[in-house]
Amino acid sequence: MSRPMNAIDPLPLTSGSTAVATAARPALLSVEGLHSGYGRIPILGGVSLTVGEGEFVGILGHNGMGKTTLLRTLMGYLPVTAGRIRLGGEDIARRSPTARARLGMGFVPQGREIFATLSVRENLRMGCLLSDRDEDETIADSLAVFPRLKAYLDRPGGALSGGEQQLLALARCLCGNPRILLLDEPTEGIQPSIIEEIIETLQAIGRARGLTILLVEQNLTFIAGLSERVLILQKGVVTREIPPEIARDRAMIEEFVGME
Amino acid sequence: MDLAGLLTFNVLTGIATLVLITLGLGVIYGMMRIINLAHGEFMMLGAYTAVMANGAGVNIWIAMLVLPPLVVGAVGLVLERTVIRFLYGRMMDTMLATWGISLGLIGLITTVYGNVVRGVSTPVGSFEIGRYGASLYSLVIVATALAALTGMFLLLRMTKFGLILRATMQNPRMAAAMGVSPDRIYMATFGLGAALAGLAGGVLAPISGVSPSMGAAYISRAFITVLGGGPAIVTGTGLASSVFGVINELVSFRTTPVIGDVALLVAAILLIRVLPQGITGRYLRRSL
Repeated sequence: MSRPMNAIDPLPLTSGSTAVATAARPALLSVEGLHSGYGRIPILGGVSLTVGEGEFVGILGHNGMGKTTLLRTLMGYLPVTAGRIRLGGEDIARRSPTARARLGMGFVPQGREIFATLSVRENLRMGCLLSDRDEDETIADSLAVFPRLKAYLDRPGGALSGGEQQLLALARCLCGNPRILLLDEPTEGIQPSIIEEIIETLQAIGRARGLTILLVEQNLTFIAGLSERVLILQKGVVTREIPPEIARDRAMIEEFVGME
Repeated sequence: MDLAGLLTFNVLTGIATLVLITLGLGVIYGMMRIINLAHGEFMMLGAYTAVMANGAGVNIWIAMLVLPPLVVGAVGLVLERTVIRFLYGRMMDTMLATWGISLGLIGLITTVYGNVVRGVSTPVGSFEIGRYGASLYSLVIVATALAALTGMFLLLRMTKFGLILRATMQNPRMAAAMGVSPDRIYMATFGLGAALAGLAGGVLAPISGVSPSMGAAYISRAFITVLGGGPAIVTGTGLASSVFGVINELVSFRTTPVIGDVALLVAAILLIRVLPQGITGRYLRRSL
């Protein structure tokens, strides 16, 4: 890979015990032959993938390979021109983003898209709309997971640093208790200390809540630190899958991706 | 001293009138970037609702303050569902469509009720400020404007609906990812703006001639005030109304109402020249 790699060292391998084979879990999200694009310009040319219940799947690809397009299509912002998207068995390819969110798709977009003039608390309250739990309790829980946000509750979201906004975007999404979390390049423009914090937080609550994550990234450290399986997206199709034993090690992914 | 009291009272009334005629337009423009050229006709419908209800024997307060917002709000909802919702994000098209609606409403009301000026008598008398008599009804206008402004502020700041409204206007895509249906929110916002225009029409009916083309008398001042106020609906409307209201009333007092309107226009041009984004585009940007 020609792009500059992230400066921090790869995280130590977590023990291989969590690397359960995909087949053992029921599929939460399954995508078959997904085509999509902007207007008449096709970007995705038949993406197929499956994410099991409770699984963390990473999608690796350079800029322009269709990573963001894939997530935006999964969330319903871009029309599906062909193919199927199933969430928990239900075909959602024609559903609106609102309906998909209500069915349990949580989305943390590229660029975070915090409501800039709303306070941090108000951003979290927006996230709570999908939760049937008490709002204050949900926010309190979320602040226990993301303690860094506590000091900023009454500040406008737009006044936070990029990393803090990323934490807020994650917290906001998790307040709605989604079944699957779609994460679009969470490391973009973020200081390394927060990248590690995000990995640790997601691993911890992922285990605790049985969260499912589909992540697109080009930061190898992050993708290796979080994913159990890594798929490679090239020119709008999933070209290869990196086996779990390699997917957890940044250096080995690099080697694997390098040996074209 | 009496004169100062009367003048202050007139200035307050002028500000309140501007607030009333602007708020509905400001809600629709500020929240959805739709320039509602039918705003004046929404007010006209409100005024007709008041006149007709009063003529039918409905209590004058209900006819002025309750029915117009309900009726015009409902009309707004219907128009949003049948016309406006297909045009979101296309400013020119919405201007043309709302202009068409405006002409259609004028034509409709002229056909049904005729091109005559009607009136409602003011339900309250007058009182004295020293040697001068002043209309008690002006107090009704001031109170209604204050209530409308406060109500909007509380709605936006204190309620969950207000939170969703603010979030959706800022980023409808992300709001959708939180389970909000932006479509519904736009519909409600347009209905709210129409209802506020209806309220303005109902309240102003007793002090203005009610005719099919009465909207034209208000629309330009309403637009100027919205632009002068900037993106924050409540603060912007309040501040711009205050600035323009003071100038208009003071100059009208010294000269004539026509010169007063000219002064308002000149002040607006200067203000937009200095603050192209309106007052709240530069100051108090975090306000509502």
